[in-house]
Amino acid sequence: MIERTPFLNIATHVILLSGLVIIIIPIWLAFVAATLTLQEVNSAPIELWPGNQLWANLVEAWTISDFGTKFLNTLIVATSVVVGKITLACITAFALVFFNFRGRMLIFWMIFITLMLPLEVRIVPTYAVAANALSPFQTILEVTGINWLINAVSGIEVALEWNLLNSYTGLILPLVATATGTFLYRQFFLTIPDELVEAARMDGAGPLRFLWDVLIPLSKTNIAALATIMFVYAWNQYLWPLLVITDRANYGMVVVQLSDLVPDQLTTGGGTPTWHLAMAATLVVMLPPIAVVIFMQRWFVRGLINTDK
Amino acid sequence: MAKISMRDVRKSYGKDQVVHGVNLEIANGEFIVVLGPSGCGKSTLLRMIAGLETITAGQIAIGDTVVNDLEPRERGCAMVFQNYALYPHMTVAENIGYALKVAGTPKAERMARIAAVAASVGLGDFLDRRPGQLSGGQRQRVAMARAIIREPRVFLFDEPLSNLDAKLRVQMRHEIRRIHNRIAATSVFVTHDQQEGMTLADRLVVMNKGVIEQVGTPSEIYDQPASTYVGGFIGSPAMNFLSGQVDRATHSVRLASGDRIDVSPAIAARNHGKLVQIGVRPEAMTMVPAGQGTLNATFEFVEELGAGRLYHMMFEDLTLTVLAGDRQTLAAGAPVGLHIPASAVHLFDADTGKRVEAAPLAVVEQVPA
Ligand SMILES: Nc1ncnc2c1ncn2[C@@H]1O[C@H](COP(=O)(O)OP(=O)(O)OP(=O)(O)O)[C@@H](O)[C@H]1O
Ligand SMILES: [Mg+2]
Repeated sequence: MIERTPFLNIATHVILLSGLVIIIIPIWLAFVAATLTLQEVNSAPIELWPGNQLWANLVEAWTISDFGTKFLNTLIVATSVVVGKITLACITAFALVFFNFRGRMLIFWMIFITLMLPLEVRIVPTYAVAANALSPFQTILEVTGINWLINAVSGIEVALEWNLLNSYTGLILPLVATATGTFLYRQFFLTIPDELVEAARMDGAGPLRFLWDVLIPLSKTNIAALATIMFVYAWNQYLWPLLVITDRANYGMVVVQLSDLVPDQLTTGGGTPTWHLAMAATLVVMLPPIAVVIFMQRWFVRGLINTDK
Repeated sequence: MAKISMRDVRKSYGKDQVVHGVNLEIANGEFIVVLGPSGCGKSTLLRMIAGLETITAGQIAIGDTVVNDLEPRERGCAMVFQNYALYPHMTVAENIGYALKVAGTPKAERMARIAAVAASVGLGDFLDRRPGQLSGGQRQRVAMARAIIREPRVFLFDEPLSNLDAKLRVQMRHEIRRIHNRIAATSVFVTHDQQEGMTLADRLVVMNKGVIEQVGTPSEIYDQPASTYVGGFIGSPAMNFLSGQVDRATHSVRLASGDRIDVSPAIAARNHGKLVQIGVRPEAMTMVPAGQGTLNATFEFVEELGAGRLYHMMFEDLTLTVLAGDRQTLAAGAPVGLHIPASAVHLFDADTGKRVEAAPLAVVEQVPA
């Protein structure tokens, strides 16, 4: 519906602008705080215009937090989550949509139900698994009595162990194993006309060829959307890295590190709160997700323009 | 180049059987049109030949190979789909050449063949466009080119023209026939448009509810429909039907109204007392002054066709149509005589709907299972 009346035009702009202002104000305040000195940031009334300490604050925040390592870690984790997620989602949905096998709907619903169980809800069992990724198998061995049998026969005690704590694998895998992407891909694959699948079969393309030559190019927009969402999601992880990583110096993630800069009783020990550093660090930490969104946005737009269906 | 033979081919979806034992021999290089109403199983039959649908029972052979268990790519068939099914993200050239790319044809050879095929269907200037930037007719040509480039033994068409406007449809029809003559592959063309079927086919296959009703050249099917179904389905405007009983003495069929319609003495002699349906094509009847014809009917209204006129009459509670070249002005409700010559009468058994002949006619035999 496109209405063109002056009054509606003005009204839409007013709504848009107020929305923008509401979003911009906190960011502006964070930016201003990041440019002030310790004294200025703690003086009342609140300062609304930037000072000249931005660079100094950035450098100080960066050094205190050892952000170099943390950024690299987070980048590795976020990129791996994006790649893993897209690959997993794509091939799972491919199997669910284009192959007719027994229990297909059952499997789909089982995947779908996990949408209702975000990482935070299942964090205790997930932690248990991360502590020993083979523990489910160990449990099976014990419950079924196989372990007892092996022990009786050979005298060997089977103890499976694969510890994922303090590792990239431990950080990445639980974030990859969620249903959102699979669901998104399934819905997209369902819109692919049967005739296109059949045309590819007539042209001699096997399933993998079809996936690679037709489905993946057609789902570029989807990939861009999912990649953006997953990158931001992984970048902003707090709770899971906090639990699974005790070796912060080597495996720390930026958001956890950032929370250490936020002044509270523990960090300042009753001293003057260092908000200027916290805000400077926030600005830095925000940059990569913003860059990804801006970069990926071109793909969304191109995807929208080039819809030939 | 290959013949296709189908022996007692059946298809069921779960418990529903939708194709009930089709037997058909298609000669090498023949253009076969499968004609039938929506849902009669035409596409299913075609897709079983293509390998897109499993064959529940029976056997399909292409050339000398039974193809029941072969993958589509191993059957040497190319197919043109109703909605073209072009790859939206590929250019015209990529679309046309995709099968060759999958087959691993070297790039130089591929490009040369794409250019040649595209030129042959008039797409030379559009090679870099995407399907989304083409008109319906151009997309249709891309779909054809994509099929031609594989040099298939068998060409399959599933209502490829039904998304085009009337004029373009006729034009593409001619083009399809030209391509068929040039590359001489065996073609199977599915449509529910009888004009398309009549004009394209070497032989027509008329299907109804999953069985073949009749196979023959278009003129055989038009002149000697094997059943009331075929008679009513082929021909536009449609055949007129009347019920009656054969009488040997007057060699005629007596209608419930008491009127008599003459039939050939030979038929009458063989079928005395039989309850029949009479079929008469609208152009085979003539209008005469009331009282002088075989029947007396009441004029209702007229449809102008340009080349002729279609007169609608009421006879008892039936509507009869007469196609005539001359332009008469009649008042609604005016009495009209209808002349039906014995040579124009098609007789069908009232129970089975099968054609009744003076002597057994060489209708195409269905091979028993
Ligand atoms: N995948 C399917 N599952 C169940 N029934 C099906 C399936 N595909 C087709 N049918 C049924 O098989 C019958 C024949 O279908 P088919 O597509 O061959 O018809 P058609 O003659 O091509 O009709 P149209 O002219 O509308 O394309 C129909 O009754 C249809 O409902
Ligand atoms: Mg069909």
